Amino acid sequence: MGRYVVRRLLQMIPVFIGSTFLIFFMVYALGDPVAAMFGDRAPDPATAAQIRRDLYLDQPLGKQYLHYMGQIFQGNFGTAFNGQSVTELMASAFPVTLRLTLIAIVLEMLVGITLGVFSGLRRGRGIDTSVLLLSLVVVSVPTFVSGYLLQFVFGVRWAWAAPSVSPEAPLNELLLPGLVLALVSLAYVTRLTRTSIAENVRADYVRTALAKGLPRHRVITRHLLRNSLIPVVTFIGTDIGALMGGAIVTERIFNIHGVGFQLYQGILRQNSPTVVGFVTILVLVFLLANLLVDLLYAVLDPRIRYA
Amino acid sequence: MPESYVPKEAIGHGDGGTAALAIGEAESLERRPSAAPPSAGPPGAPVGKPRSLWSDAWHDLRRNPVFVLSALVIVFLVVIAIWPQLIATGNPYRADLAKAQQGSQPGHPFGFDTQGRDVYTRVVYGARASITVGVCATTGAALLGSLLGGLAGFFGGWGDTLLSRLADIFFGIPVILGGLVFLSVVTSTTVWPVVGFIVLLGWPQVSRIARGSVVTAKQNDYVQAARALGAGNGRLLLRHIAPNAVAPVIVVATIALGTYIALEATLSYLGAGLKPPTVSWGIDISTASTYIRSAPHMLLWPAGALSITVLAFIMLGDAVRDALDPKLR
Repeated sequence: MGRYVVRRLLQMIPVFIGSTFLIFFMVYALGDPVAAMFGDRAPDPATAAQIRRDLYLDQPLGKQYLHYMGQIFQGNFGTAFNGQSVTELMASAFPVTLRLTLIAIVLEMLVGITLGVFSGLRRGRGIDTSVLLLSLVVVSVPTFVSGYLLQFVFGVRWAWAAPSVSPEAPLNELLLPGLVLALVSLAYVTRLTRTSIAENVRADYVRTALAKGLPRHRVITRHLLRNSLIPVVTFIGTDIGALMGGAIVTERIFNIHGVGFQLYQGILRQNSPTVVGFVTILVLVFLLANLLVDLLYAVLDPRIRYA
Repeated sequence: MPESYVPKEAIGHGDGGTAALAIGEAESLERRPSAAPPSAGPPGAPVGKPRSLWSDAWHDLRRNPVFVLSALVIVFLVVIAIWPQLIATGNPYRADLAKAQQGSQPGHPFGFDTQGRDVYTRVVYGARASITVGVCATTGAALLGSLLGGLAGFFGGWGDTLLSRLADIFFGIPVILGGLVFLSVVTSTTVWPVVGFIVLLGWPQVSRIARGSVVTAKQNDYVQAARALGAGNGRLLLRHIAPNAVAPVIVVATIALGTYIALEATLSYLGAGLKPPTVSWGIDISTASTYIRSAPHMLLWPAGALSITVLAFIMLGDAVRDALDPKLR
């Protein structure tokens, strides 16, 4: 187990370096952050050169990247161009997005798995077909469309929920945005659970459990569900990182000042330290979530051993 | 080897948007030997010529209402993407500010947008950008992905390892974020930067599937037999492995087409995808979103068109998967 974790952590290193370097390359080599600082005016060459030197931008790209990573491992994510330190921005943005993601994941698991189990157990019947069709429709409506629609219907017409979120972003105001964020993944969780349940319901161990007289609900929750959840757990695990990055659209619709908001502002204004810093953390979250998922397999299925 | 217990390629690396390239259920395709058992013809048909996987699938598809419906919608979309004048006689750029934001009226069933342009005409003309991006990006990603994945799966070795790690790196980058960063510096108003970006982030998904199915097909007896008879690598790949490994790739590509269209619209909505004067549903939805309380029709029509297009492609992919994957029947 311990050796397995160490090996996985070592394997993560090249992927981490590759992903962050790619983003670093995109941000610093494709755009010109110094020109962006001056907006439409042309910067004074001497000033521009000075800023370049201060920000380490006059060095070759590889060296810049090494310098940047060195700083990050000392906890210094640099300063956004408005003078705020990136760590400060993160401290205000990440808790908000974390709450939003948490709501989305909980909704995904509760609603998605429940619907999936119900339709998987009644495969081919009316409820199964309607759940399948509904999930297809949900998948095909892009988040920014469903976001505006739900905001309009629940927030404006019926006034059930706040149409936009206050800066403190309390949990109850985040329910509707969380649903919007979860919607597409929720449909995938439903479909995955359904397929998995429908496949496993014919397995020998289910028949054995029923034959020895266990009540049906116990067979479903303890035997069938546990064995069917592995692909679902995999999906949800990779989804954590993805949801945090994908919150850009949801946060824009509901005016939530989280990670997506800061990143969007950062990209628009070519605020390179903000963008690279936030993305680095997101990549890290994504990789760690993947590791966590692999470790969870052993909990769900004791046949899996980590050598 | 616990990593391989659950095929990772089943996992779409997504984001909040439909851009999630998730193809969850395609997973079972990847493990399955692609060659269908030679089945006898339909009852009553002369016994002799066994039906191939393809004619078997086609036989199923023609009887599947979901397939027929989505195929009809897609044919219609492709036709109006090529000749929008067929059903919309107006000019999508013609603006009459006096009519700005007005609702439906005779001759203008969908009303006018905030610049007084006819929403119906713009919805019809918007199909072109979406279909072009979807088809080109899918073709590019499928070709690149199956070429790289297929070669890696066939030859193995350090090239295979390198490619897998490279795919991991691309999976680690959130799609929408990458798109914003990459495309925000592009000034071109054509569709090609968007297509290029989607191919860049889309190929790893195809290559994982292609690699998996080539690895499976490679171990089949007929491949070993052909090799023993002296067939070269090129002949093995083209004549024996490719035809039996291509089904999962086709399924993934069809489903991905729908999600790519949604991804393009999302990027355009965020201001990083297509740019005016290209007529695009994403751009129109973005403009209309400010006025959703006063003039919701400006948002609903292009949003409806976009959703129906994505739905049609995803349904098509679903039907094709069911037909090509006998295990799920």
